[in-house]
Amino acid sequence: MSFERTLEKLKILADAAKYDVSCSSSGSKRTNTNKGLGDSTGMGICHSYTEDGRCVSLLKILLTNHCIFDCAYCVTRKSNDVKRAAFKVQEVVDLTINFYRRNYIEGLFLSSGIFKSADYTMERLVAVAKKLRLEENFNGYIHLKSIPGASDELMREAGLYADRLSVNIEIPTKSGLKLLAPDKNFDDFIKPMEKVKNEIIQYKSEKKIIKSTPKYAPAGQSTQMIVGASGENDFQILKTAEHYYKNYNLKRVYYSGYVPISYDDRLPSIGSEVPMLRENRLYQSDWLTRFYGFQTNEIVNLNHQQLDLDIDPKLSWALRNLHEFPVDVNKADKRMLARIPGVGMKSVTKILMARKYRRLNWDHLKKIGIAFNRAQYFLVCDSNLFERRDLPAEKIKANILRNSNSKYDKLLSPQLNLFS
Amino acid sequence: MQHKSLIYDGTFEGFLSCVFYVFEYKLSDVTIQNEFVNQNELFADTETILTDKQKSNRVWKGLKQKASTLTSTKIYYAFLSEQPKVENVLLDYIQYIFKSSEKVDTDFTQPSVLKTSQIAKNVSREKHRMEAFVRFKLTKDNIYFANIEPNFNVLPLIARHFKSRYADQKWIIYDIRRNYGLFYDLLKLDFIDLDFPDNFDFSKTSSDFFSEQEFDFQKLWKDYFDSTNIKERKNMKLHVRHVPKRYWKYLSEKQPNL
Repeated sequence: MSFERTLEKLKILADAAKYDVSCSSSGSKRTNTNKGLGDSTGMGICHSYTEDGRCVSLLKILLTNHCIFDCAYCVTRKSNDVKRAAFKVQEVVDLTINFYRRNYIEGLFLSSGIFKSADYTMERLVAVAKKLRLEENFNGYIHLKSIPGASDELMREAGLYADRLSVNIEIPTKSGLKLLAPDKNFDDFIKPMEKVKNEIIQYKSEKKIIKSTPKYAPAGQSTQMIVGASGENDFQILKTAEHYYKNYNLKRVYYSGYVPISYDDRLPSIGSEVPMLRENRLYQSDWLTRFYGFQTNEIVNLNHQQLDLDIDPKLSWALRNLHEFPVDVNKADKRMLARIPGVGMKSVTKILMARKYRRLNWDHLKKIGIAFNRAQYFLVCDSNLFERRDLPAEKIKANILRNSNSKYDKLLSPQLNLFS
Repeated sequence: MQHKSLIYDGTFEGFLSCVFYVFEYKLSDVTIQNEFVNQNELFADTETILTDKQKSNRVWKGLKQKASTLTSTKIYYAFLSEQPKVENVLLDYIQYIFKSSEKVDTDFTQPSVLKTSQIAKNVSREKHRMEAFVRFKLTKDNIYFANIEPNFNVLPLIARHFKSRYADQKWIIYDIRRNYGLFYDLLKLDFIDLDFPDNFDFSKTSSDFFSEQEFDFQKLWKDYFDSTNIKERKNMKLHVRHVPKRYWKYLSEKQPNL
């Protein structure tokens, strides 16, 4: 391969792919057979982190940034005046293999602008994955993007070689999509997602009878939504996420704070702040529903449509539901322990184990690692110290904020820095 | 009874042999010391304990009966931390486990239980980071070579991971702090010692030792790394937390002159 040309293509096509936030390389078991290359144990590995602090686990590139669509929020849109490039199938294979051999990456994340048609593009993505698996005996992780509108037959083939498939819905509402991506049809996103979901279900039932059934997208499906580009509130975003988790068995929904990249009246102007804090709160909420047993309605609902920015969603829920507290750490069940602000799932496990031996007091809890600043108002234990004094929610919130120094203080502070 | 100090050869079996000795002679005031770590105690009665595979096996088996597999793994991990006096924390923990009639290995209210768990977690984090941050360079002899300098002795812990991953290439991972390495020759995995030439620079890719195309791939990787950054979201604090500076000198994406 010509080094200089490849270098240039890699720069262009990595730059264009960087707004895709999925970086997971976990959840797929693909053991190395016949002395091949690579092994996926189910655990993901981040091999590096960008200077913006995001994980680098896969070689994340576009096959091409030529695109027939003109979605306002996308750098690769037809009307944008950027350098264009396209990889050959073999070039992507060579890069993946050589990066993997040097332990730079866990595998490949391959997306693409749409050249000619959906099927024409999807066919090439599948060709890369197929070559890696069949010719190179590669057992690393492969994440392929489903191209909206691709045929069922190609989606079926894609799942045979990829570990994960994803199609980005990008804009959480139909009306928003119509405004910002007029070329795209909402149903085109849903069709490949539906196909993959059904193939996975079918795979699981066949696997029970025939053990040698070839794997189908073992790490499942994911999607991403852009936050802060089209005016949706957190209630709409999290309800949309809930819909996809429930109806399409998605493994992950990613939230991507919009980075302004275009001069377009429909979008936040260039230079406006990326809503990183809001993105963070959405991930925290997502976490609460996936691992802490919360229902989406408890976190956001018609009366509470926007997440608080100054406090995390669990604390926010607790302050709105003080009647559920204090929780007795020595008696409460796992579900309630997990609902105490400042107590994470790892601490919950330790508490459950440790309290078999003796009643826990504040000293024990602090050593176990709970966040005392938040937790102290919501629990009782085997100490009289710091007993809860029936404070009203506003008072608790003020106390907690006074004693915390969040990395986001700067963003939240109403104070003006005149002379800085 | 006078304070007694047991000296062992630095191996895990050696440490367990000391534990056996402590139980055998019912010692109460005792410390266990690696012979390679100088920490002379003035008024202690010292005794060198020979590593005995049978005795260490008995301790290990007994431990597995009284505690979970996770606990024995944690004890081994914590041992590899090479932290000063970690042996005594582990001795406390093991004694506490054997003393009780019930299973007590997850009693996190005990200082030695919690401490062991915390140290093991640190070692486990370093193990995971080594699996992430090892950067192989292709040598002229067609061996993928990497050097590491971990704070803890994690080489034994990462062997299996790399063996199952790189089954079709020869590779070496060398711990230059402890001066030993792992070599996979396509058939088996061995611990090795190497002598490096005087002009060998561990942070550079000299064409004297490495293949022609090695530099190209490092450059491709470094440029990929730079292109994938979103500068509007720059957050160096987070970056450094994930990739601590002590690892930078051997990461190709962090080489300024590439």
